[in-house]
Amino acid sequence: MAVGASPARGRAIVVTSGKGGVGKTTTTANLGTALAARGARVALVDADVGLRNLDVVLGLESRVKHHLIDVLEERVSIDDALVASKHNETLMLLAAAQTYEKEDVDTEKMRALIESLRERFEYVLIDCPAGIETGFKNAIVGADEAIVVCTPEVSAVRDVDRVVGLLGNRFKPQLIVNRLRPLLVKKGKMLSVQDVNAILRLPLLGVIADEPEIIVTTNKGEPLALRKDGQTASAYHAMAARIAGDDVAAPTVELKETFIDKLGTLFGGRRA
Amino acid sequence: MIDFLKRFFGQSSSSATAKERLRLVLMTDHIALAPEIIDNMKRDLVEVISRYVEVDREKVEVNFEREDRSLAMLANIPIVAVNRPNGGSGQPAVQTPADVSSRAGAAVAPNVVSPGAHAATNAQVASAPPRRRRRKKNATRPVAAPG
Repeated sequence: MAVGASPARGRAIVVTSGKGGVGKTTTTANLGTALAARGARVALVDADVGLRNLDVVLGLESRVKHHLIDVLEERVSIDDALVASKHNETLMLLAAAQTYEKEDVDTEKMRALIESLRERFEYVLIDCPAGIETGFKNAIVGADEAIVVCTPEVSAVRDVDRVVGLLGNRFKPQLIVNRLRPLLVKKGKMLSVQDVNAILRLPLLGVIADEPEIIVTTNKGEPLALRKDGQTASAYHAMAARIAGDDVAAPTVELKETFIDKLGTLFGGRRA
Repeated sequence: MIDFLKRFFGQSSSSATAKERLRLVLMTDHIALAPEIIDNMKRDLVEVISRYVEVDREKVEVNFEREDRSLAMLANIPIVAVNRPNGGSGQPAVQTPADVSSRAGAAVAPNVVSPGAHAATNAQVASAPPRRRRRKKNATRPVAAPG
């Protein structure tokens, strides 16, 4: 799909999961950062009205003056509400309202807003709230693609399965397996990517390891994808390339074998 | 150290438990039936099949499997004998051809053409050791689309 050269509409992609706390917001921030690093114009929309967080993850909380509901109710223009990233001028945030509730969002106005963002950005990434109620419906209304974030847990897989059922075929959902711990998988203590996708059967966009540096960068409000290298940053860049249509393999997480591990294998050890 | 030994001697992994729990929970999610309804269905299924053959009720398995986003029901119902002994206690003792003939005749009477031939074929089954033969009864039908 050629985007950028023509004045065609941009793509609106909702990042969703059903379950809370699996890393939707961090994923949205990092994918947006990685897409913008490619030179694309990217708008990030925080659709989690009442529990605004994407601004904090991006380190933009002090710059937010207006929010989603202000725009929907035409109190301010889109341009007045969009906040530019500190690091990349092609990355913009439309923050959620903190003092409103999800029910305050008018679904048709939300659809129209995403539509007008698509006219000026190549990518509109929508950070969906947890749950499958009003907030979810408003987050998906203007999107036509979905990225589902799933951690290797029974509850998260179940919720993603439900969400994919609700989305239907229109959204062509792609899967990110987040917070994988390869050592635990090897020991038989965590579901593997294959286990998860044997159930979900979705095109795999990529796998992200459970790395302390994600927590550290989130603490600082500087998405990890601002970095060029490192396993996890590279994984975000590879996923951004895949979203853009590049023929790049889905990033995976390999176990870095330590000396002790190798010794174990040598002695006919336990291969889980 | 104890952890290591446990692992070494192959305790079942918790990821296998997670997989199995996930399979079961999604099965009920997709079929949109409560577990007790599935139990009732299993009971009725066994009831119907038991009219014709004796089955090992303890070993009956009814599962739901996914193929892409549709669902199939798979029932595995071990048959212990082709005819039912009196009382149906589940103990298929070796029977004389005469016994077999009369009971099988009663159970599947409409199909009996020649009592002699019938007795002979059934005698084979009955005189074999009561080995459990597992037959996969593969009733495949899409039950429910998710969502």
